[in-house]
Amino acid sequence: MMISIMAFEFFRNALLAGLLASITCGIIGTYVVVKKMVALSGGVSHAAFGGIGLGYFAGIDPILGAIGFSLASALGMGMISLRAKQHLDTLIGAIWAIGMAIGILFISLTPGYAPDLFSFLFGNILLVPVSDLLIMAVLAAMILLVVIACYQVFLAVTFDEEYAMVLDIPVEVITLLLLSLVALTVVMLIRIVGIILVIALLTLPAAISREYCSRLKNMMVLSVITGILVTTGGIFLSYFLNVPSGATIILIAAGMYGLVLIERALRKRHHPAPGAGNT
Amino acid sequence: MTDAIALEHVYAEIAGQIVLEDISLDVHEREFYAIIGPNGGGKTTLIKLMLGLIQPKSGAVKVLGGTPGENRRKLGYVPQFHTFDFHYPITLQEMVLSGRLGNKARIFTRYTKEDRRITEEVLLTLGIADLSERVLSALSGGERQRAIIARALVSEPLILLLDEPTVYVDAPAEQQFYAILNSLKEKMAVVLVTHDIGVVSDYATKVACLNRRLYTHDSGEITEEMLTSAYQCPVELIAHGVPHRVLRKHDQDVP
Repeated sequence: MMISIMAFEFFRNALLAGLLASITCGIIGTYVVVKKMVALSGGVSHAAFGGIGLGYFAGIDPILGAIGFSLASALGMGMISLRAKQHLDTLIGAIWAIGMAIGILFISLTPGYAPDLFSFLFGNILLVPVSDLLIMAVLAAMILLVVIACYQVFLAVTFDEEYAMVLDIPVEVITLLLLSLVALTVVMLIRIVGIILVIALLTLPAAISREYCSRLKNMMVLSVITGILVTTGGIFLSYFLNVPSGATIILIAAGMYGLVLIERALRKRHHPAPGAGNT
Repeated sequence: MTDAIALEHVYAEIAGQIVLEDISLDVHEREFYAIIGPNGGGKTTLIKLMLGLIQPKSGAVKVLGGTPGENRRKLGYVPQFHTFDFHYPITLQEMVLSGRLGNKARIFTRYTKEDRRITEEVLLTLGIADLSERVLSALSGGERQRAIIARALVSEPLILLLDEPTVYVDAPAEQQFYAILNSLKEKMAVVLVTHDIGVVSDYATKVACLNRRLYTHDSGEITEEMLTSAYQCPVELIAHGVPHRVLRKHDQDVP
């Protein structure tokens, strides 16, 4: 049975999409988790819905609209967070809702039925077209290249922004670059799990690997592996059980995270971590 | 000879509130300048002015004869402990090496043998070389504190600025810590701000008190007048437990 479904092109595409998504969300998700940008990323993904609505209304590819809206919202929030941190929380909430509202408005103004609307909201990895796979591959390669080039600088800025300034690193530019990568990753993941569930796929693999890694690099590698396990498992399970793929992927990731937390709690009780009792 | 740091009639504001008023001071080469003052007295703001992280409302800040922004790479900075996220997945060595980033290419950055040699040297001096592969979260408070200082030293600064560096250092380690700072004085100017007057021992070559305004005395000693003006409360309260030599006059009651 396993071999027979592998013969379907859509199924191979789904696995490939899962792989590409896992690479980017493992790497970028690591930054999102260590730099505590989880809420901001949620805001970015929901703002993307405004772009999808605009795409339907204007008759262009909704994904292009999503790229525009998520980039604009990420950069806007980034600029404000660099200047006035205390308002960021409120701002994220506003952008989150405004993006959704714009999307709903445009879609209601668009005559006729919006065909893929449901898959943008909840994702469907089994329906990813080849053209989207190409876009995803290009995005993944771009993100990988930027992270390799800027690894040390990203590390300095995400670990200690103020000290990075003292080292004369252009903190503002680097922060906005990182946020652009987050926005692009979010768009990539929309196809897989949908706007509403993006945040979970972005953060759960990274949160799982954080518990076991002492270096950012290792955390990225383990997040990618976790992501591949979770998406591949989700694709198979959702196919055989005939349930939605996005939700299945997320629940597998959440289940793994739950087990990791339980394991950590048990281990801490028996063997306190070195240094944990100090200070 | 230009001063390491020179402030002239500097005023600074945070969120519309004046936090520093008419500050003038000179820090010379190879000087250990200690500034003490109560919490909220503007100590961190003063350090950030020297780093060029904030701009004065009026007055001039000069670092090695130029603006702080121009000469920032020649400064080492030890920020306050509580500003750190100690759960970040980074090893002690990675953190300290990052102090070398100031003069490196921004993309495809690679650390050289020289970077690693200097880092190793500093870690040895501070007695944390054997911990270099440890993750930050597995270090004790004192070890973390030394890691923060090591990061500032690997850039081989001409001036070292320390903001409350002894908060997490226990008493025996504290003496050792000041001995290290004292040896650094041979190579660089050291500016240290703290709220804990007990720590300003005989190592400081110059002492000032800061509470919105700066109260100085030409000698390396803290005088009663300086303390009274800075703390605006009877000196005896804060002088309690301070080594005798710190206060010049000890026999006169303060009303």
